[in-house]
Amino acid sequence: MVPITEYPSQIRRDILRMVHKPQSGHPGGSMGCTEFFTALYFDVMRHNPAAFRMDGHGEDLFFLSNGHISPVFYSTLARSGYFPVAELSTFRLINSRLQGHPTTHDGLPGVRIASGSLGQGLSVAVGAAQAKKLHGDPHLVFTLHGDGELQEGQIWEAALYAGGKKVDNLIATVDANGQQIDGSTDEVLPMGDLGAKFAAFGWDVLHLEQGNDLHAVQAALRQAITRTGKGKPVALIMKTAMGHGVDFMAGTHKWHGIAPNDDELARALAQCPETLGDY
Amino acid sequence: MHPYTNQGSQDTRSGFGAGLLELGRCNPKVVALCADLTGSLKMDAFAKEFPERFFQTGIAEAHMMSMAAGLTIGGWIPFTGTFANFSTGRVYDQIRQSIAYSDKNVKICASHAGLTLGEDGATHQILEDIGLMKMLPGMTVIVTADYNQTKAATIALADHHGPVYLRFGRPKVANFTPADKPFVIGKADVLLEGSDVTIAATGHLVWEALEAANTLAAQGISAEVINFATIKPFDTEALLKSVHKTGRVVTAEEHQRHGGLGDLVAQTLGMHRPAPIEMVAVNDSFGESGTPAQLMDKYGLNAAAIVEATLRVRNR
Repeated sequence: MVPITEYPSQIRRDILRMVHKPQSGHPGGSMGCTEFFTALYFDVMRHNPAAFRMDGHGEDLFFLSNGHISPVFYSTLARSGYFPVAELSTFRLINSRLQGHPTTHDGLPGVRIASGSLGQGLSVAVGAAQAKKLHGDPHLVFTLHGDGELQEGQIWEAALYAGGKKVDNLIATVDANGQQIDGSTDEVLPMGDLGAKFAAFGWDVLHLEQGNDLHAVQAALRQAITRTGKGKPVALIMKTAMGHGVDFMAGTHKWHGIAPNDDELARALAQCPETLGDY
Repeated sequence: MHPYTNQGSQDTRSGFGAGLLELGRCNPKVVALCADLTGSLKMDAFAKEFPERFFQTGIAEAHMMSMAAGLTIGGWIPFTGTFANFSTGRVYDQIRQSIAYSDKNVKICASHAGLTLGEDGATHQILEDIGLMKMLPGMTVIVTADYNQTKAATIALADHHGPVYLRFGRPKVANFTPADKPFVIGKADVLLEGSDVTIAATGHLVWEALEAANTLAAQGISAEVINFATIKPFDTEALLKSVHKTGRVVTAEEHQRHGGLGDLVAQTLGMHRPAPIEMVAVNDSFGESGTPAQLMDKYGLNAAAIVEATLRVRNR
């Protein structure tokens, strides 16, 4: 059994190397959400990587709504056993199952919906959550959203529905890193009080200030699970630093969607020790 | 004279409602979603009899489409219902990413398509939806002609795996399809055999094509009338077989000339068997308020227009 603390550094190495090879991809948000993915897939979520089934009966489901952070998603799926780790080397290359944004189109195990065009994942998750209720399946549905993504109107259609119809087997996490492509969210479009917004839509809202502290994320997700089944969907507003784990990449929107060059990759990898073996 | 009789005019949306209710009773996997148009879509009987399988989303069509995609992941077969405009143009990206690209088994059921929506005017009279939907890879597109065909098509959708766009409408139109005729996806129906011209029609224009064939017969012109209820996958064989006989085609649809059945027929002929073609369709314009009959007359979408188009194509 690999100690859970071994994963974040290795996943960050995967992310950096995945985007370096094609010189394309989104490392910043991926590195900011590494602890979240680690906590979810290696601790909190009850799932079955060895026998992926699209319908996901009898297991928890996860939907990535901000599909551009596919590097962290793919690394986590591979390290969980959904597909061979070696396949990470094909990210964004021709004929790969690891498309720039996640898709079901090429049969990659672990992916249940295409995402990339923002704002759709919460609605998809609501549908999956309602499907579980209809089946009498007590398992949960998790989602992840960028804070900038919440500027999409469809998010609030889904939030209104989930609150109004008491979809209480759903935990939506917001990666509140305060950054988006054109700058900080405050510069682009101030988001105001996200927690108050979800609460006003009928959600049970939890806050996590230390979204890059693995044990804090594990505790926050466990707490979120205890709040399900009580008539409200659960929102976790999780503060992270975009690019966390590499000093020159952290806390800036600059690394939202660009890849490190050879020198930057070497300097970044030096800060993320190899723990589980590179692909 | 064509052998079909109107068994009593009915709206095609009621055929959808009846089909959905029957599906609810015979297929426990069928669920339905509606964005605040339950009565207009005739989904109320299903909603009343199967409240646990009916999802009222409120006026939130984008959410409804993605939510339907999520429901399929649990193995349900979702049928969404709203007006055609809100089933396509308003939610194109949701359909493209969450449903079509994700290969989800969602049935997008769209009423009030085209000019025959009537008095509400151009904001609601979508005439571009067939084009929008047939461009999406993997999307099946069906446009039904009458009540019985719409009911049969609705029932057939549940046994077909994959995303489907089913288009129907608001007005009462002639109901001539036999009630017991099953709907076969991808198969065109030769309703009337003829030798001088092929009339390829879809939706509300199919009955008009049959009426046009009667007028033409009185003038000594033998028209073959084909109901292309499935736009995609297109029944190329049925078209070519007919055109080998007639050598010329008139298409008829309640849709823009660009992107509709006419486009598809022209492309198919161009690739396989070039032949003169005339298109009865809306010519690059929006609709307006009016009664359905007034609008179909003003925009040239009726039996008289099909007759005129036939006479034109005969002279080419």
